[in-house]
Amino acid sequence: MIWQFDLIILVFLIITAVISLNVKDLLGASMVFGVYSFLICLLWAEMAAVDVAFTEAAVGAGVSAVFLIATVFNTKRDSSD
Amino acid sequence: MKYLSLIIVIVTGILLLHASQDFPDWGDAHSPANSNQISQHFITQTGEQTAVPNFVTAVLADYRGFDTLFETIVVFIAGIAIMAVLGLVRMDSLVNAPDSPRDPTDRDIIVIQTCRVITPVIQLFALYVVAHGHHSPGGGFQGGVIFGASLILMAISRDLSAALKRISARRAFILAMVGILIYAGIGMLCIFMGGNFLDYSVLHPLLPATDSVMARSHGMLGVEIGVAFTVSTIMFAIYALLSSGGRLKGGL
Repeated sequence: MIWQFDLIILVFLIITAVISLNVKDLLGASMVFGVYSFLICLLWAEMAAVDVAFTEAAVGAGVSAVFLIATVFNTKRDSSD
Repeated sequence: MKYLSLIIVIVTGILLLHASQDFPDWGDAHSPANSNQISQHFITQTGEQTAVPNFVTAVLADYRGFDTLFETIVVFIAGIAIMAVLGLVRMDSLVNAPDSPRDPTDRDIIVIQTCRVITPVIQLFALYVVAHGHHSPGGGFQGGVIFGASLILMAISRDLSAALKRISARRAFILAMVGILIYAGIGMLCIFMGGNFLDYSVLHPLLPATDSVMARSHGMLGVEIGVAFTVSTIMFAIYALLSSGGRLKGGL
């Protein structure tokens, strides 16, 4: 475990989590959520949990981001705020 | 009210951070998870009992195979649930939402050709991940998701109908059921051979040149293939339903 690597990933994790909660644009939020999943995948790979990291990369960063984006494209932009 | 909830969240966060000091160190050999008798059994005995180097897969597909069978069924039920929910939406939206087919001129030839080249590579890698799930990281879930992602890439780069022409939603759900049948069928086969459900070691008379240890390794490969069938087709079916709003035409 390399603490510098951990520190960078954890800082970016918090940044991406806050961004994906605060961005008004749903498409941008789901993309940043994909980045968040990929950072968690890096963290798990770094903690030697390679199977979990592989699953997170395939399911979290890959397919679920696509599902979110496919759903966002089917929403309408008539919110006033 | 907003500040009250903020205070509650901060207090909970401080409590959680305080509790995290009691966690064992990362990689601590004496932590409860590592020094437990069952964990020690898996770590030391998996190689002898199943001839599988990656004991994560051995635990997942053999020691805890019943759990993984129902995880696969959960994925299948998720696909059915999304089809049911969006199918209800479809009844209402057919009236006022006319079908708008994608303009054929907005398809980029570079994107289409690149995806056409890279799709077989992704599918080959997915098959590798499934086949080597018990030797290296990977397995049925990951390989199935990667295979489903290659089908989704086909649907994104060209058109949803181009992908549905290869695997229609009906065929996807049938293949998902075939996957569960493979998994549960291997389990039932073990009962017919005189063992317990999902006890692969009794399968060795059916497989050429295997003893009861290698039979567990091959049995794991069989159930991983079943999982990959279900997961890959359900991932594609969920994408097809979500991107088209349940209408299965148009798409992104």
